[in-house]
Amino acid sequence: MVEAIITAVIAVTVIGILCAVMLVIASIFMHVPENETEKKIRDCLPGANCGACGYSGCDGYAKALCEDKSVKTNLCTPGADKVSQAISEILGTEFEDTVEMVATVRCCGDCNTTEKKTIYAGVETCAAAKMLHGGDGMCTYGCLGRGDCAAVCPHDAICMDQGIARVDARKCVGCGLCVKACPNALIHMMPDIKRQVIACHNKQKGAVARKVCSNACIACGKCAKACPADAIVIENNFASIKYDKCISCGKCAEVCPTGCIREADYSGKHRFPEPNYILR
Amino acid sequence: MIKGLIYIILTSVLVNNYVLTKFLGICPFLGVSKKVGQAAGMGVAVTFVMILATAVTHPIYYFLLKKFELEYLQTIVFILVIASLVQLVEIILKKYIPSLHKALGIYLPLITTNCAVLGVCANNITDGYNFLEAMASSLGCGLGFLLAMLLFAGVRQKVENANPPKCFRGVPITLVSAAIVALCFNGFAGIVETLFA
Repeated sequence: MVEAIITAVIAVTVIGILCAVMLVIASIFMHVPENETEKKIRDCLPGANCGACGYSGCDGYAKALCEDKSVKTNLCTPGADKVSQAISEILGTEFEDTVEMVATVRCCGDCNTTEKKTIYAGVETCAAAKMLHGGDGMCTYGCLGRGDCAAVCPHDAICMDQGIARVDARKCVGCGLCVKACPNALIHMMPDIKRQVIACHNKQKGAVARKVCSNACIACGKCAKACPADAIVIENNFASIKYDKCISCGKCAEVCPTGCIREADYSGKHRFPEPNYILR
Repeated sequence: MIKGLIYIILTSVLVNNYVLTKFLGICPFLGVSKKVGQAAGMGVAVTFVMILATAVTHPIYYFLLKKFELEYLQTIVFILVIASLVQLVEIILKKYIPSLHKALGIYLPLITTNCAVLGVCANNITDGYNFLEAMASSLGCGLGFLLAMLLFAGVRQKVENANPPKCFRGVPITLVSAAIVALCFNGFAGIVETLFA
């Protein structure tokens, strides 16, 4: 009996030690040196792997920074200035300001201003709804309201309010994932020092646009005339703000007859209930 | 001979599927089946490790444990050997085939103590397979695991798009759909025997 126990213990110990020795030898002989700088950079990146920098996640960006000195240190929008500065210190390059961006939804056609043209009962995603004759709303350019953008947002900054998406600019870190998720390409990134957003991009003629949504941009051009900085252009039957010229005076919003020029939402007050389509 | 090997592979893929019939390896089956790409990566990694583990544990059993009459140490020795083998493979891959390490790397540590891998090695011994048959069986089990993972990842994506009621979301609906997929695999029982009859 005792002999059996001793044999078993010895056998397992010997096998264990053999395995351990093998692993130790392997790890010594096949050690892959890790790049110290890369590891340091990786540590100061936020680790959200959002891809806003244009590389495949934080690891990819850290690698690119180490290997190619021409890669800029300010590409990480979620990390902003702090990260940019930290990376610059590690690499010994000059620090550059990041332009912090926030996402804005270019649609203000909520349930009070526009109507549904059909009753949609398919898969509850914007992409699926869009495939069926451009969506169930009267306006085929507007927000589909099924929260594809909210679903991809890693920071819970997008809520659905009265049938349209709304970005809480205080929570938005500017990763741009929602921009790619929106099938109507409604979401744009804008510099977070600017305020005004033209919340409509209906490409139909003014009269038609007005019929489908009372908040639509009718391309009247009043805002362009009122703008002291010539920052507003009318293209494709809707107005757009050129943010490099915009001085955030807010005159455009005052003159807009349909009220589609809004301000980016920095109040942080909008905590909406869960989307109501969950239990149908 | 070849017919026998094909028979073993087919039975272990369809009839004795490790995940859906024997309920081994449920952890990665539920954990890594959210996306088809990840599920495929995990499935390939498991297949790879299963074949490798069988290739090592089969000789160990017959030339070491059986020779010294230590068969009762089978489980503990297999765990030890498989765990260190996977670690070793990871080190080797990292050094010599970085691209493969990048693709499989995150899954390898997860497999270290996976019960499906241990189950394959142990069952090969219990079924009395010779070395070649054991290799065929582990290949079949790996492919079966891959198939189950891929099928279930597809099912899961469909289920998620269909907006299940809130109380069912997440784990409950996943378990329910896993049960239904397992039930479907019951339909394969007896099919391989008729193929070779």
